[in-house]
Amino acid sequence: MMAKAVNSNNNQKSHLVIDPITRIEGHLRIEVDVKDGKVSNAWSSGTLWRGIEPILQGRDIRDAGLLVQRICGVCTWVHYEANTMSAEVALGIRPPTNARLIRNMINATQFMHDHIVHFYALHSLDWADVGGALKADPVKASELAHQFSQTPYNASVDHYKEVIEKLKKFVASGQLGPFSGAYLGNKLYKLPPEGDLIVISHYLDALYVQVVLAQMMAIYGAKNPHPQSLVVGGITSVMDMLDAKRLGQYTSKLEQVGEFIQHAYLPDIDLITHFYKDEFVEGWGCGSYNFLSYGGFPETNDWKAEYRYLPQGVIYNRDLSKAEKVDERHITESVAHSWYKGPNKGLYPGDEETVPEYTGLNPDGTVKGEGKYSWVKAPRYKGKMMEVGPLSRLLVGYVLDHNNMREMLEMFLQKHSADVRQMFSTVGRTAARALETAYIWYGAHRWVDDLVANLAQGDERTWTRFEYPEEETNTSVALYEAPRGSLAHFVRIKGKKVTHYQVVVPSTWNASPRDEKGQRGAYEESLIDLPVPDLEEPLEILRTVHSFDPCLACAIHVVDVDSGKVKKFKVEV
Amino acid sequence: MNSKELGKYYKSLLKEVDERLEKLCSREKEEEFNKELERNGFTRRDFLKWASFMTAALMLPPAFESRVAKAAAVKERTPVIWLHMAECTGCSESFLRTREPDIATLIFEQISLTYHDTLMMASGERVEKHLNEAIQRYKGKYICIIEGGIPTKDGGIYLRIGTKGETGLERARKVTKDAKYVLAFGTCAAFGGVQAAYPNPTGAKGVRDALGIEVVNVPGCPPNSVNMVGTILHILLFNKVPPTDLLYRPLWAYGSRIHDYCERRAHFDAGEFVEEWGDEGAKKGWCLYKMGCKGPLTYNNCSRYRFNQGTNWPIGAGHGCIGCSEPDFWDKMAPFEEPNEKAEIRIPGGKGVEATSDEIGSFLAGATAAAIGIHAVGSVIRAKAEKTVKKESE
Repeated sequence: MMAKAVNSNNNQKSHLVIDPITRIEGHLRIEVDVKDGKVSNAWSSGTLWRGIEPILQGRDIRDAGLLVQRICGVCTWVHYEANTMSAEVALGIRPPTNARLIRNMINATQFMHDHIVHFYALHSLDWADVGGALKADPVKASELAHQFSQTPYNASVDHYKEVIEKLKKFVASGQLGPFSGAYLGNKLYKLPPEGDLIVISHYLDALYVQVVLAQMMAIYGAKNPHPQSLVVGGITSVMDMLDAKRLGQYTSKLEQVGEFIQHAYLPDIDLITHFYKDEFVEGWGCGSYNFLSYGGFPETNDWKAEYRYLPQGVIYNRDLSKAEKVDERHITESVAHSWYKGPNKGLYPGDEETVPEYTGLNPDGTVKGEGKYSWVKAPRYKGKMMEVGPLSRLLVGYVLDHNNMREMLEMFLQKHSADVRQMFSTVGRTAARALETAYIWYGAHRWVDDLVANLAQGDERTWTRFEYPEEETNTSVALYEAPRGSLAHFVRIKGKKVTHYQVVVPSTWNASPRDEKGQRGAYEESLIDLPVPDLEEPLEILRTVHSFDPCLACAIHVVDVDSGKVKKFKVEV
Repeated sequence: MNSKELGKYYKSLLKEVDERLEKLCSREKEEEFNKELERNGFTRRDFLKWASFMTAALMLPPAFESRVAKAAAVKERTPVIWLHMAECTGCSESFLRTREPDIATLIFEQISLTYHDTLMMASGERVEKHLNEAIQRYKGKYICIIEGGIPTKDGGIYLRIGTKGETGLERARKVTKDAKYVLAFGTCAAFGGVQAAYPNPTGAKGVRDALGIEVVNVPGCPPNSVNMVGTILHILLFNKVPPTDLLYRPLWAYGSRIHDYCERRAHFDAGEFVEEWGDEGAKKGWCLYKMGCKGPLTYNNCSRYRFNQGTNWPIGAGHGCIGCSEPDFWDKMAPFEEPNEKAEIRIPGGKGVEATSDEIGSFLAGATAAAIGIHAVGSVIRAKAEKTVKKESE
């Protein structure tokens, strides 16, 4: 069978288990019921627990950032930065202007890197068929590429010939490597063979672009993955900051990456949107639910939400007429269906007392859907499930008319004669990520300019001195945006030590299991009603799950052993 | 080993390598490889430059350069099964950022990455089937690379993979059983890593400790891609694992300390230290020892190769080394922003490094003695390592 199908009593219904879901970070299982060729129910289960939070207990606050970034080898910087920000909130300090700008510049490389690697290495093969690319006509491919961009990236006939040759040799060798077991020639692929070739040739180019982006992060961040130049109060790479040659390296690499974004990534998204038009419809791979963004990239030294480059807001029930401001006191996590002990209601992350309680699988190896079935918890905002990530941010930016986000989305929609409501789809989510990549690329230029201007004024400060609190601090929160969505680190400090730590990461929102009220998480809800014509090759399911850019390494980090109650809030942001 | 013996050893090693390459290579294969290079926009010279870099990194004499080049060009791809346990995928990410990406892509094609969760195209049962087939087909021939620590507490239930809900422990046992070599990439696979830090809630262990099998450890959080690719190349070249220290780390990469080749070493010797982040010393690139740098305690080659194609490295970016390639560094090296003498080091059943910056001389002598102890393994490369250590203590 496909993934594994377990027939139930109902003749029309099959139960499908997909584990491992590959091309993601971490370990994820998806189970669905398929009835009359469509998904009728879905369960998302995180299958690894690492227990990072008890490890943080009692550590030096200055070490916490380096440790929490090991939650994930992809999202490294954002955890490092969000942790550091939460410590700075607790200590009541803010880093100087230079440090804020350098952090934004490093974070920009993180976003561009993640989005490009996600789309090409982990997602593009859901849209483009390697089997199709092998049959493509290089001349026609070059023509097609020119229809979607005036100056397409690496789109000469000769180049396409080489790519085909490379792929053919790969297939002929019999050792297919990563392409083994691929769903070659599946009829759910909708690009013409030439479109397949264009996207797959950029898949190979992206391998190089991601190396350049990693170098960009290392210029001020020391290395990638797991950068090491961030400290509570500022940054350490002051020598690199004062070295004009370093800035030159950063900006020239930024232009190199810009070439790829403008002439490969964006046109590829237009190509996919064009040929997958029948899936670019409201509700295809997107639940009728809510969207959340905390806001990212502070543009003022007090980190005010309204002046962040990525906007803050909550959208309910796909209602694009308004976006509500975020208040972190409304964030709760439920463990009713997660492998932890706890009450049958959602708790604020500063209040949680959580202990693992593994209840196992059914005898046939399927999850106990009625009971506990995942290491992922179920975060909720005002008791409601949320989707987080580039689509949420773009929609909030659209509603609030934040910077030029509305204009950017309208241009894209106009090109495809589409309505904004079509963005509530798998295609929309994938397009939002690409548009955001370009938006962040512009942002990086802005921060470079601001840094040069600030240095020109003679300001060389990179660090703010601080005192350690004698009394335990309040629960302090930094609300932030990671490439995959909204990220919040909750911390309490006494002296130099961490006394409480809790992280609610983007994939916990998106990969969430049901809560105590039975509300499904975003993956689960988005899979409902998706067609699965072929149980052997559940391509539609993978396409939708991958479009969220799952990061299970992040989602299942954690358990909080601290039973202390929150005294009061320190409301920031 | 004196120089005569050394010469003799290298000669026999060369002969061994040539015989092996003879079996694997042919003129046609090499020509084909050259064409492939050209198609990827590289000259033969670019490639030889890369081979010479790798030869130096592997601490081999220049006579081996042409052999390294040849080994990389061998067309019989060695199957590799890459397993993910409890980890963050950072090691895979680092591996993907290999030096000279397109040549690396070729190398990538030399080894057949038969199974890799993050990169595999298919999902679910199809992948499971593929993994089992690969184990059968390449029985006793494949290299098994493991990334991540293995949760062992409560029967390993904290990690389950596959449609049958196999534990990480069961899966690792199954795949390593028929592997020719097992490589532990990253500190998690080598020593348990971050999830094994106190109080180690899931009972995570390194591969060697969890399974009780022979492995080569390539630690680092993450390891530099040079160290990962180099270890694989060594196996392609010699058909055996590289000489290692007592912690099973290849000596060519982990034979000397960060401190030994640090670009800020002169400031350490001159007593010029950064005292506070962003101070004048920080702007001038002074020594980070007082800011907690663990370079003097850490065996790795970061100071020589840096990261991301030599772009930068932690000490270059003004942050101390945190000792990420040493066992239990999350506990033993913490707090990272303070020198060890002040640390409340949590070492199970032991005590920390007892030294103050006033006693730095004796501190270093102690470290040197430990270094010699750790590296007392008979091999040519050891001779080199000892020489370095000796020079320092002189």
